[in-house]
Amino acid sequence: MILAQQLILGLLVGGLYGLAAAGLSLTFGVLRVLNVAHGDLLMLGGYVTFWLFSLWHVDPFLSLAAVAPSLFFLGLILYCVLFRFVVRAREEVRIKNSLLIGFGLTLVFQILAIQFFTADERSVTTAYGGEAIKIAGLAIPLVRLASVVLAFLVLAALQIFLNRARWGRAIRATAEDWEAASLMGIPVGRAYLWAFALGTALAGVAGGLVSVSYSISPTIGLEWTLKALIVTVLAGLGSLFGSFAGGLLLGFAEAGSGLLLGGAYREAVGLGLFLIILITRPQGLFGSR
Amino acid sequence: MALLSLENVSKTFGGVMAVKSVSLQVEPGEVLGVMGPNGSGKTTLFNLVSGALVPNSGTIRFKGAPITGLPPHRICRQGIARTFQLVRPFLGLTARQNILVGLGYGCRPLSGSAAREKSEELLASVGLEGLGDRPASTLTAMDRKRLDLARALATSPDLLLLDEFMAGLNPQETSEAMGLIRRLQARGLTLVLVEHIVWALLELSQRIVVLSAGEKIAEGPPTAIARDPRVVEIYLGSIPFP
Repeated sequence: MILAQQLILGLLVGGLYGLAAAGLSLTFGVLRVLNVAHGDLLMLGGYVTFWLFSLWHVDPFLSLAAVAPSLFFLGLILYCVLFRFVVRAREEVRIKNSLLIGFGLTLVFQILAIQFFTADERSVTTAYGGEAIKIAGLAIPLVRLASVVLAFLVLAALQIFLNRARWGRAIRATAEDWEAASLMGIPVGRAYLWAFALGTALAGVAGGLVSVSYSISPTIGLEWTLKALIVTVLAGLGSLFGSFAGGLLLGFAEAGSGLLLGGAYREAVGLGLFLIILITRPQGLFGSR
Repeated sequence: MALLSLENVSKTFGGVMAVKSVSLQVEPGEVLGVMGPNGSGKTTLFNLVSGALVPNSGTIRFKGAPITGLPPHRICRQGIARTFQLVRPFLGLTARQNILVGLGYGCRPLSGSAAREKSEELLASVGLEGLGDRPASTLTAMDRKRLDLARALATSPDLLLLDEFMAGLNPQETSEAMGLIRRLQARGLTLVLVEHIVWALLELSQRIVVLSAGEKIAEGPPTAIARDPRVVEIYLGSIPFP
């Protein structure tokens, strides 16, 4: 019974791992740039939700409608002033410089967050926050369930955009072969810009959901970047639903091992999984090639 | 007025002259063949015209306006499309989506139902009826060539550059490919062909330019080119008669 309960909680946190990973994998897949500040963008999204709630009592799920566009806008700025200069560089230079930019951003965002929001751990506690659905003796916390469902819906909407919309197809074409894409008339720089901003918005939405279901503090960025990275390696690039499924899997594995081996090994299991997949199936569970 | 004109275009790669001061003109509606041995600069020439590479010197004009140094997507939107020697369809997209990319961003962009209709028409025109929903990665080599062509046509170009369209095809596929090219020609599209299969090139082109080591060494109608001693020499070597 305890095991089942833990596994359910694991799946619920896994959905958010999946959402965080989808954003990272979108930027990495399209720009071929690893944004290690992804978790810190998530942290900022969490704070936007938190302050909207505590200052103006905006419902946290409603506030996502403000979080997504504001982080999207931040993504546009970050791309234009920083990442734009590395995407065209040779592979080696691009990877190195994008890591440097990412780690720099991590420090800046963290310190700004400590400065302005203090280092306290915060979370959004709504009136319905304590409610849970009880099925067969298992309690499913309502907000966490809603978060995972919302995460799934956001990814579904994004997938439809990437399949159907003109710009969505342009982003996918650019991810596949930017040279051919540009010869087909796609302004590749613009496709990079949209993809980066979308990835940032996804991080923001994930952060908002984390602040309701769990808690945020200025230093959670690295942890979430790491989770997103593990999930991206697990699932492989190129599929948003793959990322979501990978997230659920990681959450599930963590919860299971936490219970069987003790909480201390929780993180180790995720990283162990990461290594096993890298060795045995480097393209990821759902990736091709 | 020539549709495309190159004036003394040169390109060097780290000291090697890949294209040496080449001048040539393509008239509207004509089929120009470009031939030459490996490494003679044919593909580099295509890359210069389509904007993938920027020439070190010289001017490229399209419809009278200079396009030298423009980014590839701008050049595409002015009406120049190309196919690739080693075809590169977007493998993760379906055949139809590949074509929709070209339709959405080309010279005369279409969207919505107009784009869908046009995509069906293009699929049919290259012989890919019924394969629209297949991911490009599941298509055969010949079908990928067809798709590459359809995607280039989707940008509704005035000038189409075909880079070794018949490379790696068996005799039957080659004759199919020649049929496709003839139909494009009949529709009034201006074509520039780079091809290794010399007889096919001589048969399809109205005029031929021969490159050797980056320089234009001959130009003229196919019958004259086939007999030109300089051309015979670069392909077969000079034969020392006593």
